[in-house]
Parts: sequence; structure tokens; C-alpha cells
Amino acid sequence: MTAAGWIEIALYIAVLIALTPVLGGYLARVYRDEVAWLGPVERVTYRLLRVDSRREQDWKGYARSLLIFSAVFWLVCYAILRTQGIHPWNPHDLSAGTWDVTFNTASSFVTNTNWQYYAGETTMSFFSQMAALAVQNFVSAAVGICVAIALIRGLAARSGASLGNFYVDLTRTLLYVLIPMSIVVGLVLASQGVIQSPHAGPVASQEAIKMLGTNGGGFFNVNSAHPFENPTWFSNFVEMLSILAIPAALTATYGRMVGNRRQGWTVFGAMLTLFAIAVVVVYVAESHGSAAMHAAGIHGPHLEGKEQRFGIASSSLFAAVTTAASCGAVNAAMESLTGLGGAVPMSQMMTGEVVFGGVGSGLYGMLLFVLLGVFISGLMVGRTPEFLGKKIESREIKLTVFGTVAVPLVILVTTAFAIASSYGRKSIFDSGPQGFSETLYAYVSQSQNNGSALAGYTGYLQPNGTNHGAFGISFADIVGGLSMMAGRFVPILIVLAVAGAMAGKRVSPPSLGTLRTDTATFGVVLVGTVVLIALLTFVPALLLGPVVQGLTNQPF
Amino acid sequence: MRELKTAVIAAIVLTVVLGLAYPLAMTGAAQVAFPHKADGESTLIGRDFSHDLGDFQTRPAASKYGLNPTSFNNQGPNQEQLADQLKGQLAAYLERERPYTPGLTAARVPADAVTTSASGIDPDISEANARIQANRVAERRGLPLARVLALVEDHASRPLFGLAGQKTVNVVELNEAL
Repeated sequence: MTAAGWIEIALYIAVLIALTPVLGGYLARVYRDEVAWLGPVERVTYRLLRVDSRREQDWKGYARSLLIFSAVFWLVCYAILRTQGIHPWNPHDLSAGTWDVTFNTASSFVTNTNWQYYAGETTMSFFSQMAALAVQNFVSAAVGICVAIALIRGLAARSGASLGNFYVDLTRTLLYVLIPMSIVVGLVLASQGVIQSPHAGPVASQEAIKMLGTNGGGFFNVNSAHPFENPTWFSNFVEMLSILAIPAALTATYGRMVGNRRQGWTVFGAMLTLFAIAVVVVYVAESHGSAAMHAAGIHGPHLEGKEQRFGIASSSLFAAVTTAASCGAVNAAMESLTGLGGAVPMSQMMTGEVVFGGVGSGLYGMLLFVLLGVFISGLMVGRTPEFLGKKIESREIKLTVFGTVAVPLVILVTTAFAIASSYGRKSIFDSGPQGFSETLYAYVSQSQNNGSALAGYTGYLQPNGTNHGAFGISFADIVGGLSMMAGRFVPILIVLAVAGAMAGKRVSPPSLGTLRTDTATFGVVLVGTVVLIALLTFVPALLLGPVVQGLTNQPF
Repeated sequence: MRELKTAVIAAIVLTVVLGLAYPLAMTGAAQVAFPHKADGESTLIGRDFSHDLGDFQTRPAASKYGLNPTSFNNQGPNQEQLADQLKGQLAAYLERERPYTPGLTAARVPADAVTTSASGIDPDISEANARIQANRVAERRGLPLARVLALVEDHASRPLFGLAGQKTVNVVELNEAL
């Protein structure tokens, strides 16, 4: 640990705090229809899509539009990738991937996961990167934000059951948020040396939305460790900031849209607390060597799998940022993290990606925990649980509980199945507890839509790129793809249903008996709820993989 | 049906706008604003210099500095195999540098010199690593040590006005400057 390292971490957190109300305020204006600097483009878009922008949707209508939209984009993505050979901009003459890895990849990008079983350099043409993958980076991010906004509207609604209009929210998210921000960030990255050329590849444009949309899918196999994706300390700082900018800002958007900014800061505070703990643990753990380094008689910090220009501090901070958000971009090898350092990214994903989380998904996931926190503390003090003046009743609580346990259940079942069956073993690269960690990480990361990996875990037989006859490999692709879709769309449907249930409720004025949700005390309750409900489920699994390696100098 | 039609039109429009217009416009802008950088500066990509002991050496890489594809080493922190790799890399470093830096011990070898990077094409090494290698480079090239060390000092950089980040030396640039 160095002073320079701590300064960088403090600077990062300070800039994030400063940016949150500014960007969050702008986003609130976007979704209240107070921003119209691209009015003509917006109107042309609605006309092209044949959308009546004044038509409001209830939760079922909103969900139907969202699901049909996502299904069509899944098919387009799959079709483009499978017909890669006939498309232009394929300088290395790469043929299409097999059906199983393409199933996994299409599911991965549509669900904002960006789990990658393939290596970019040897699998994807420039056309596929642009027209299939980068497009998904934009739209899957926009879908997440739309759901968060719909939930906020449901919570804030004074009357009626409307959550807004899906296509209006989608269009406004792209036009006023994601496209302009990507242009700015992309050019800043290009100024640092991220490439953007017809011969070498459209990397800066993709890198920008990969971060801003918490997607994380690298153009190159080594992701943001590649000097052409992330050449300098400054480009690295900008990339880390781009990851958490929108998830953090959405807490402020939420506060403004429900008419009480302190509500937003309470959620932000809970997220920041969990994040700060994560950063410190990774940084301290990585600053000491690993068991393998000690065995080899090497002194100093754990630089194995890390770039010299980032060192321990920027690599540790990046690892914490990318797993707090459901981004999954990496600037160091996650597989090489020390035992305790590696337990942190897994733990953050296991919270359900609510430590800032993915764009939109982090906030809506956290708001489910807020409802749960209100309900639990309401039971403890014997008050009717009330949130923002609305009673929380049986239907919402049933949905919320299902929403918070569904994904952990998917993770535990898929991991257990992959470990117990001979199919799952084909994907494992490292021996001993690390092999278990690889499997656990794979299903946590895919189900929680993060996308980072202990990259030894295999789902595509490189470099010749054929999975023919390798059933274990197809197993990893299919089970992974299905868990990504379950991890994305089950919570989305539950969140929209909760939003619909809350939207129609009468608002009663706060009384002395109301539990306030905009205080530091409630922030502590929220942190406790996340840790107890989400994280505790996984403690036995964490002990078997990363923790046991962190506690011993034993080589395996 | 109406919903499906809207979704299909959206897929076409957004693929053209976000998948073609956006990256191509960005390519145009970056080529005009940062023509050299946008094509990829060769000094950003580390290379294997081990054929010439008169050059500074980059970090060990499991992928031998191959680009198609780049890859991680993917060894967990407690792997026996990683311990063996590290032992080999430490021995190789000591064998290479000790003749020119007598008394060099494992305790003085910087971690970056004997661990593999993330990208496998890391162009940078630590300043401490470069200062040890300077002895070898000076002797092999018949240059005064002070001059080589001054060159290392010139190329050592630390970002954000020296407040943050790592003090590093770009090996590709340093070798070009020799």
C-alpha cells in the first residue's frame, strides 16, 4: 500500500460523490420530459417506430413491450453472429462461432452481462463487434434504466397505474444520455491512445458504451488490460468513473423524482459504505503477496496478472468498481487475485449487484431491499410497513422476497450441478479450490449479469474455434446462457409487477408512527438487510473457494 | 402484432444508428483529432526483446507476447503450478542479471520482473527493475552506466503530477532511445 494508492482511491470516491447530484439531476429532468434539445430527432424516431408518445402503459403493457423488444434483439444478435462470414469488415476472415457459444454470447449481450466464452481477436469481425455487440451494449443498458425509472414512477405515483411508455423511455435514454455520453467518453479515450481506425478496429467507440452501460465485454480477449483498450493511468481513471457514473447518479434521480433528495442520498450512502469496504479489502489483500509467490521466494505485492502501469492500487480499485457495478470489464486477471482479494468481487456480485450495480438494475435491485428493510423493521417495532406514504402489503412482499431469492437459487443450483456432473468439469482449468472458485464465479457472474470471469473457465475451444463433440463445453454455454436470461428477466418482471402494485396505492401523509427511510439509521438497516439476506446465502460457498485459499499458504 | 412490428423496426433503425453510424462517425472524428494515436501507437504494445541482451527486457508472459489472441496466465494464487512458474522466472532473472549486478538476491528483485502481466503484452516495467537492468544494458552496449541510468530516469513517469499511480518505464520507448 502506498500513499499514492490511497490518494487515487480517495480521489475516485470524491469525484463520484461530486458527479452524482449533477448527472442525477440531469437524468431526473430527462425522465420528467424537461429536456428537449433533440426534440426533432426524438419526434422522427417515434414516427419511424410508429409509437404514440403520449400513450401511457401499465406494468403489463410496459413488460410486454420490453420482452418483445429484447426477444427481437436477441434474434438479430444471434443471426448476425452466425452469419459472420458473409458480412463486410472482416479483415482476418473469421468464420462464425458454433451454435452453442453463439447462444451464450447473444444471451450474454442482450442481458447486459457480456460474459465472454470467446476471444475477441480470433472470433469476432469488426462488423460483428459493431452491429451485433455494441448495439446490444446500448440497448440492454437502456432497458435496465427504463425499468428503474418505471419503478420510481410507480413508487412516486400519486394516482393511477401508469408507469410511462417503454419506447419513449428507451428513446430518451439513448438520445439524451447514452449516445452523447459515449461520444464524449469515446473521444477522451481516443486522446489517450485507445484505437479507433478502419484497419485496427473500432475500439474507443465500443469501450465508451461498454463502461457507461456497465456492459464490460472487451474488444480484445484481455479486456481493459489491453493497452489499446486502456493505455494510461488517466484512461483507466476515466473508464472506472464511466462505470459507476450512471448507477450512482440514478440514486439522486430517484431522490428527486420521489420529491425527497435525502431518500436518494440514503440509498447512495448504503451503497458507498459497502463499496468502500470492498475497495479497502481488495487493496490490502493484493498489496501482500500470494501463497505461490511466498513459495517461490518472491517479495513484494501480488503483481501476477496485473499491468505495471496500473499497479496494485488501480487494479484493486478497478476490480472493486467493476464488480460493484454489474460491469465485468477487467484491467487485471480476476483469476490471479489473492484468496481474500478474490472473495470481494464474488461477494459484491452475490449481493445481487446492488452496490451501485448495473445501470438501472442496481437501483431497482436495491429498492427491493429497501422495501424488504422497511417491512422487516416495521415488524420489529410493530408498525404498519409504509414506504413513501404507501402501505406495503402482502402482494408486494411476496413478489419482493421471490425477487431477492430467485437469482441466488439459480446460482446455487447451477454451480452445484456443474460441480457434481462430469460435464461441468470439462470447463475447469485450475486444480483444487481454485477450480471450484472458477465454477462458482462463472455462475455467480452470469446469473447476476456481471460478466467478469476467472478466465481459465472454458466455454469455447480456442484457437480453432470448434466445440464439435465437446458436450461439456456445450453444457457450459447453454446453462450459462439460460442463467443469464433468468438472472435478467425474472427480476425485471418482478420489479415491474411491484411498480404496478405500488403505483395504484393511496398516499397517506406521514405521521409520528411512520418509519423514516431518509435517515442514516435506515441506511444502516439497508446495509444489514443486503448483507443478511443476500450475502449470507453464499458464505459456505465462499469458504470453499476463495476464503480457504486466503487463509493458508498451502499450494494446491 | 403491432408490438412486434415496432420492435422489428427498432432493431433495424438502432442497428444502423448505433452499430454503423455511431462507430463510423467516431472513427472519422478520432482520425481527424488524434490521427497517430487512433491507429495504435506501436510503443503501447510490449514485445519480446530476449534475443538481444543489450536491450531492456519486458516482463515474463505466458503467451510469449502473442497477439492472436491476447490472454491471461489464469493461475490462481495458491496454485502449485504458479509457484513453479514463479520459481523459474525468478531463477531466469537472477541468471540474466547477476553477472552484471553482482550480489543481486531474490529479496531485491522487484515483483514485476518475475510475475506475468495481465495482458501478456505489458510494455512497462517498474523503475527499480529498469535500474537493475541498466547495469547489463550499459555493459553489453559499452555505454557509461550514468548515461543509461539518466535515460531510465528520463523515461520514468508517474501520472497526475506525481501524486497517483505507479512509477513506470516503457521498455519499447526506452530501447528505441538507446
